[in-house]
Amino acid sequence: MNQDFVNTLLLTGRLASWTTIILFVIGFPIAYLLAYKRFFLKAVVEALISMPLVLPPTVLGFYMLVAYSPQNAFGRLLAEHFNTRLAFSFEGVLIASVLFSLPFMIQPLQNGLTSIPKSYRETAYTLGKSEFTTFIRVLIPNMIPSIITAAAMTFAHCIGEFGVVIMVGGNMPGETRVASIAIYDEVQAMNYQTANQYSFILFIISLLILTLIYSMNGKKKILF
Amino acid sequence: MLKIDIQRSMLTSEGKTDLKVCTEIQDNELLCLFGHSGAGKTTLLRILAGLTTPDKGRIVFNDMVWYDSEKKINVPSQKRNVGYMFQDYALFPNMTVEKNISFAQKEKDKEEVDKLLKLFDLEALRNQHPPKLSGGQKQRVALARALAAKPNVLLLDEPLSALDFDLRLALQHEIRKAHDLLNTVTLMVSHDLQEVFHLATSVITIKNGIVINKGKPADIFNSKSFEYSHKVEYL
Repeated sequence: MNQDFVNTLLLTGRLASWTTIILFVIGFPIAYLLAYKRFFLKAVVEALISMPLVLPPTVLGFYMLVAYSPQNAFGRLLAEHFNTRLAFSFEGVLIASVLFSLPFMIQPLQNGLTSIPKSYRETAYTLGKSEFTTFIRVLIPNMIPSIITAAAMTFAHCIGEFGVVIMVGGNMPGETRVASIAIYDEVQAMNYQTANQYSFILFIISLLILTLIYSMNGKKKILF
Repeated sequence: MLKIDIQRSMLTSEGKTDLKVCTEIQDNELLCLFGHSGAGKTTLLRILAGLTTPDKGRIVFNDMVWYDSEKKINVPSQKRNVGYMFQDYALFPNMTVEKNISFAQKEKDKEEVDKLLKLFDLEALRNQHPPKLSGGQKQRVALARALAAKPNVLLLDEPLSALDFDLRLALQHEIRKAHDLLNTVTLMVSHDLQEVFHLATSVITIKNGIVINKGKPADIFNSKSFEYSHKVEYL
């Protein structure tokens, strides 16, 4: 295995890990709001979060590139005040990856929250517990399989992401060249053996993650 | 003393109706709410617990106003200090029996938890998780947990409905024990006349959201008005 091969896999893992961690932090509050609160334009917010499920990745990638451009407000703000350009950088790909993986984190978390009987929350409230305490002590421990599913689905989806990464990040070794792009690149160069190595590793990782998810679903009833 | 004067619209199988309750419940009273499904009994308990907001009215416990629509006062559930026992008991599956009880305490007191475990004969089950308990055991844990919070008012929503007849008889004793220990107001929803006669110091009968009558069980259920308006439905 050459260094380039290892670096590409490490970069893929780094992108998937950071995407999962960031989405874990921002996904919980969003899932909580969607599961339990009623607010104006809630259906629009839910539709926007689910858009990556039906939208071609190139569409999101295109709009991300437009947003990152110094000719537009967001890109100009980053360029002038932070001296940063997100297009064709790891950070730019990471932001796009977070947006594109939103439904894979939020939907399992939202389903996990709504599947917990309402009486658990209400009992905790009548016992004097705040919404936060109830969330930490009652809700989270009773939705562990959903949390694992959310994290695993996000990670698995992210390591296989192609369209958004190539649009926003291109194919820069060590910076934006993740495994799925490397496969395409190696096939174009007719290096089928290397393409096969990448493909086999992605296949095994995805299989392991999905096996974990399905085994967790089976264990749901025997966790406690 | 708990003073209730509320109104709340409800959607029942017979269409839209208003729950209207105006009553006073004395300290130490174990009041049974009696009526057919959809009459508004559970809605009334939820309103008292702060889980459902009435359309208008006033609820006062001792000198504390829990709800006043005119003054826009609505004390949240967390600050009413009520013990609410749901029909499904709502025991937290991630916590053991002991943890379920100690979670309810405002200040941790292991001796008090031990006392409650002993009182409700739960010592042997203290490290068990709720999914492994029987219906009767769950009911006792839910009662112990409700008491651990030292509530001002105990609200029991058909606490024995999921149990078989023999167990119901045995656990009526536990409810009486819980009420006596708290020495405060208890409201209990029930469909079972035997249960009402055995436990209640007073009864409110509700029909389509309206309080039909209030009094001692013997007076209510032997009255002519009850016979004509309810008996056919229940007996």
